Amino acid sequence: MKPSEQTRSLGRSIAGIAVLLAGFLLAATLCFGSSPNASQIPSIFKPQSTPADSIFRLSLLVLTITGLIFLIVFSLLAYTVTKYRRRDGDDGREPPQVYGSNQVELAWTVIPVLIVLVLFLATARVIHSIQDAPKPPGTIEVIAIGHQFWWEFRYPALGVVTANELHVPVSDSSNPSPTFITLLSADTDHSFWVPRLAGKTDLIPNRENHTWIDPHETGLYLGQCAQYCGTQHAKMLLRVYVDSREQFDRWVQNEKKPAVVSDEVGEGRRIFETTACLNCHAVSGTVADGHFGPDLTHLMSRTTIASGAAPNTPEQLKMWIQNPDSIKPGSLMPAMKLDEKDLDALTAYLVTLR
Amino acid sequence: MSSATLARSSNESAWALPSRGRVGMFSLIAAESAVFTIFVVAHIYYIGKSLSGPTPKDLLELPIFSTVCLLSSSLTIHLAVRALRKAKVGVFGLWWFLTMALGAIFLVATGREWQHLIYEKGFTISTNLFGTTYYSLVGLHAFHVTVGLLAIALAMIFTLLGKVKPEHSERLDVFSLYWHFVDVVWVIVFTVVYVIGR
Amino acid sequence: MASDTIALGIADPDARPIGERLHDWVVTVDHKKLGILYILYSLFMLVIGGVEATIMRIQLIVPHNHFVSPQVFNRMFTMHGTTMIFFVAMPILFGFGTYLIPLMIGTRDMAFPRLNAFSFWMTAFGGLLLYFSFIGGNGLYGAGNAPDVGWFAYAPLTSRAFSPGHSTDFWTLALLVSGIGSIGTAVNFITTILCMRCPGMTLGKMPLLAWLNLVTGGLVILAVSPLTAAQIMLSIDRYLGGHFFDTQAGGAAVLWMHFFWIFGHPEVYVLIIPCFAFASEIIPVFSRKPIFGYPVMVGATVAIGFISMSVWAHHMFTVGMSSYGNAFFTATTMVIAVPTGIKIFNWIGTMWGGKIQFRAPMLFCIAFLFQFLIAGLTGIMLGASPFNWQLSNSYFVVAHFHYVIVGGILFTVFGAFYYWFPKMSGRMYNDALAKWHFWLFLIGFHLTFDFMHIPGMLGMPRRIYTYEPGRGWDIWNLIITIGVFFQIAGVLVFVGNLLWSLLKGEPAGNDPWDAWTLEWSTTSPPPDYNFAKIPVVESRRPLWDIKHPEDPDWKYE
Ligand code: HEA
Ligand code: HEA
Ligand code: HEC
Ligand code: CUA
Ligand SMILES: [Cu+2]
Repeated sequence: MKPSEQTRSLGRSIAGIAVLLAGFLLAATLCFGSSPNASQIPSIFKPQSTPADSIFRLSLLVLTITGLIFLIVFSLLAYTVTKYRRRDGDDGREPPQVYGSNQVELAWTVIPVLIVLVLFLATARVIHSIQDAPKPPGTIEVIAIGHQFWWEFRYPALGVVTANELHVPVSDSSNPSPTFITLLSADTDHSFWVPRLAGKTDLIPNRENHTWIDPHETGLYLGQCAQYCGTQHAKMLLRVYVDSREQFDRWVQNEKKPAVVSDEVGEGRRIFETTACLNCHAVSGTVADGHFGPDLTHLMSRTTIASGAAPNTPEQLKMWIQNPDSIKPGSLMPAMKLDEKDLDALTAYLVTLR
Repeated sequence: MSSATLARSSNESAWALPSRGRVGMFSLIAAESAVFTIFVVAHIYYIGKSLSGPTPKDLLELPIFSTVCLLSSSLTIHLAVRALRKAKVGVFGLWWFLTMALGAIFLVATGREWQHLIYEKGFTISTNLFGTTYYSLVGLHAFHVTVGLLAIALAMIFTLLGKVKPEHSERLDVFSLYWHFVDVVWVIVFTVVYVIGR
Repeated sequence: MASDTIALGIADPDARPIGERLHDWVVTVDHKKLGILYILYSLFMLVIGGVEATIMRIQLIVPHNHFVSPQVFNRMFTMHGTTMIFFVAMPILFGFGTYLIPLMIGTRDMAFPRLNAFSFWMTAFGGLLLYFSFIGGNGLYGAGNAPDVGWFAYAPLTSRAFSPGHSTDFWTLALLVSGIGSIGTAVNFITTILCMRCPGMTLGKMPLLAWLNLVTGGLVILAVSPLTAAQIMLSIDRYLGGHFFDTQAGGAAVLWMHFFWIFGHPEVYVLIIPCFAFASEIIPVFSRKPIFGYPVMVGATVAIGFISMSVWAHHMFTVGMSSYGNAFFTATTMVIAVPTGIKIFNWIGTMWGGKIQFRAPMLFCIAFLFQFLIAGLTGIMLGASPFNWQLSNSYFVVAHFHYVIVGGILFTVFGAFYYWFPKMSGRMYNDALAKWHFWLFLIGFHLTFDFMHIPGMLGMPRRIYTYEPGRGWDIWNLIITIGVFFQIAGVLVFVGNLLWSLLKGEPAGNDPWDAWTLEWSTTSPPPDYNFAKIPVVESRRPLWDIKHPEDPDWKYE
């Protein structure tokens, strides 16, 4: 191939790739735009809480600076590569041999140093503002404990223990009620990550970590465990319900109550308390006081089971109890192997745990 | 082949490069230092963090005698190599043997300390964090002493067979670097385990 | 001529029985044979690691897919990561180093030829141990198979309580053994480069490849040794009941993280610096100019080496360090951009004013420049610790490091392959196939790894065997997986080209690129003793001096 043909084919190929990539991008945005629940996308660019928001602002700055660097260096490279390609009818002589230049070297050392300085200062400010934030009076305190593969949430001041679905009140700027979360682990490392509310922080055994959120809008925020913790790391999902103040108070009132147990489901309760269930699960107000699995006192107040792996319906509950592996292979709850009758009774009992 | 004419003039005579043995040994020592650093850091990090006893205070006594032995073996190995360089093979053998003996005394002392701890105090590597870090750090060092001793013993055998000549002094000199290193590490281990740790 | 014996055994004219020739390869201490062994071994492992990656990508092509079970998926990414880092990237770079360093500094072999063979076989044995876990990992409890703890194997997941069976034992032993091999190689590199240079080759006149491998050697010594130490500790925990990383006995999970990343971060520069070295040899030759700013290039590399020892905790921004810790590691991480940028600018400076020939090696290097630029900038984003709290452990990180590792390392390695293939085999590769390889792999690479950034920013964590629909991740994962098939096609073309050219390629001649460093002054492939007479040099480009006696380099250096 002659040099000119070479560059021309080079140019053509680059153009081809660009078109291909653009096509994919277009297709993707189309599919993406028509996605039914766009509000459920846990995008880091749609912050709804101060820490996530400060990070978002910082990210805009970082993206702008790196974007500019990219544009400049990319253009420089592209220009060099096209301008100094070997041309047609090249005389075969070597180009002038240049060994270096101190001025130029100095320039491309000093300018990046300055950029780095700017980036560092901006970053340090945000680190400080998030990590060293003071706790205002109205703060809600939550302890989150990571388990393989589910979340335990305790509200020590409110006397509430629940699992997998975190409820917090909305925090408006006039009357802030942020939630401070202490992060612990019962077994391996996990990480608490709800992108629209805050960056992630790990839950590490033998160590106490902290994070905080102050959601500005009510609604459901999705996230999931972000540190590999074993077989079912993928289905250690997280749901944060941001309630209005009244909703939240009502929720707390309900969660505080012991389980209401009616006699109609006495058979199911008997099965629950005579099978191994009570070794791992607690139902307050009854003899069941296990802590290896999630607290089931108000099981039905949750919309999902098994940390978001399945909707909380009687059918799914049955499936879960019969064989947890059918929903979450590798979860630490054993298959209970009950016969059909017992299973029905047990489920009937569970669905009364509101 | 044209490779002969790559230069205007030959200045081969002035061409001197560092000795391979030394550079190789220094690289190895750098690597070993990094290994020991990690073990030392782990030991220091876990000082006082054991959830249950016994503590270093309950168990450890300063191994002064064996320390003196090990450290003086650095001197004897130096004297041995110097003697060999001056072609005094007999003197060399004497110093070399002394080095070996001092190293062996150190190892025996460590062995007896361990025996005491394991069989009389029932203190093992899995007792608590202190057990884990203590046995690993001291054991790692003792392992290096053992390797060094084996090499010294080998050279001793050759000496007895009359195979060691003054021209081998360079190699033994390189080896003595390793031995000095093991000694320096002991000073650190001693300080960390027996002084700070207690 | 004796030179033929290293022509991969295939161009070998003497008709010795195949068994004898194989035996030669097994017992060899010749740096060229060992270099080629390293390279072939790594290519084989690349295909295995690539198959593992493909399995993962097929599983993730749609949400709630059932191609493999979660257990298998977890083993796949652990094996993929471990294989690719320790048994593909490291050995392939060591292989090129082993082959090239003695030739480029004008000597006949490495400083310690037997240590060289020992190192290679340790590495090879390490890989064998790792893969033996598929058979032997079940252990007493019948649990486990291949390791499934992730390539950085965070404690306490590796403790007996969470990893019963022997799979994790194989993982830790494999890394221990291959680590010893790597340290041996590093000692050898350093000693060879410092003690074996041909007359006239002062430190300031070494080819950049030698300089950069010297720095790499230093980094390996300082970085791989801590990993070895940590693996010893883990073995003590698992075999002797120690408690280093046993959180139930008061051990600290974070300690393992520190030890791992004190290795892990310098490791990534161990991988990229030799690739910088390839670029620094290839770009000047195909631009027909000497490297721009040689002393600055050396200085920048040394600076990268030093700084890289102090940035490890940028992999740990989410473990709850103090704000000062986070700020410190943000600063050191970003400072690395300065010397790295200097290198990029100097390569551009080298091409500037040149006459660039778009041969296959150069194409790969130019692609490397573009891709490394992007990868470095995403690294800076990750280095801004608050931004990292969002991006860490997401697919954005996966995208970042594949961009450096595939877009940087694999591309330059392919470039290096085409560049030195004529030297190693004596034959020219097929140019058309090389171009096909380049374009297929380029397209595949961009389809896969460009789009991988997006799900990361939309909240998709890494190491998940499946994901929920409706989170906006589906389409991106589909595209990512499609790209992999282009990559596979590219690699297949590459392997095909390799085999074809070995058998049918045109004879290459001693110096097909009209290049300037010493390896091109001897025959292709070089004879056992490399140089009939040890060369004497006077500048960084000895062959330039010969070819241009009217205007030799030593006048300007
Ligand atoms: C060869 C491999 C390689 C290389 C070279 C790099 C280079 C860099 N990496 Fe990367 N990295 C990895 C491989 C590599 N990385 C891997 C494997 C992981 C993940 C491991 C795992 O978790 O499994 C990782 C993860 C990783 C993280 C942790 C992410 C996380 O898990 O949370 C971070 C965070 O800071 C980071 C940053 C950087 C930076 C700042 C650079 C810098 O060196 C980049 C410097 C380059 C440039 C910046 C571009 C050129 C410069 C200019 C044009 C000058 C002007 C620019 C400025 C002034 C900004 N990397
Ligand atoms: C040198 C390093 C290296 C290289 C080259 C690659 C190459 C590739 N990697 Fe890998 N990767 C890592 C190092 C590397 N990776 C590391 C360290 C991790 C982290 C692991 C962890 O989290 O513990 C990781 C993790 C990782 C993940 C994330 C897993 C997860 O978090 O769940 C993914 C997912 O897409 C992935 C994909 C790929 C792909 C598609 C390629 C492709 O570029 C591969 C292309 C090559 C081939 C495909 C080979 C060619 C094959 C043939 C010619 C044979 C024919 C093939 C078939 C029949 C299938 N890698
Ligand atoms: C060995 C311990 C163990 C036993 C016995 C056990 N479970 Fe569980 N259970 C768990 C664990 C662990 C989980 C969390 C699994 C996950 O999400 O990964 C769980 C989850 C559940 C859930 C879902 C809770 C939620 O909010 O997500 C229900 C309901 C449940 N178990 C019911 C039962 C019943 C009924 C029995 C007895 C028939 C039982 N479990 C026996 C350990 C156990
Ligand atoms: Cu918990 Cu991942
Ligand atoms: Cu890093």
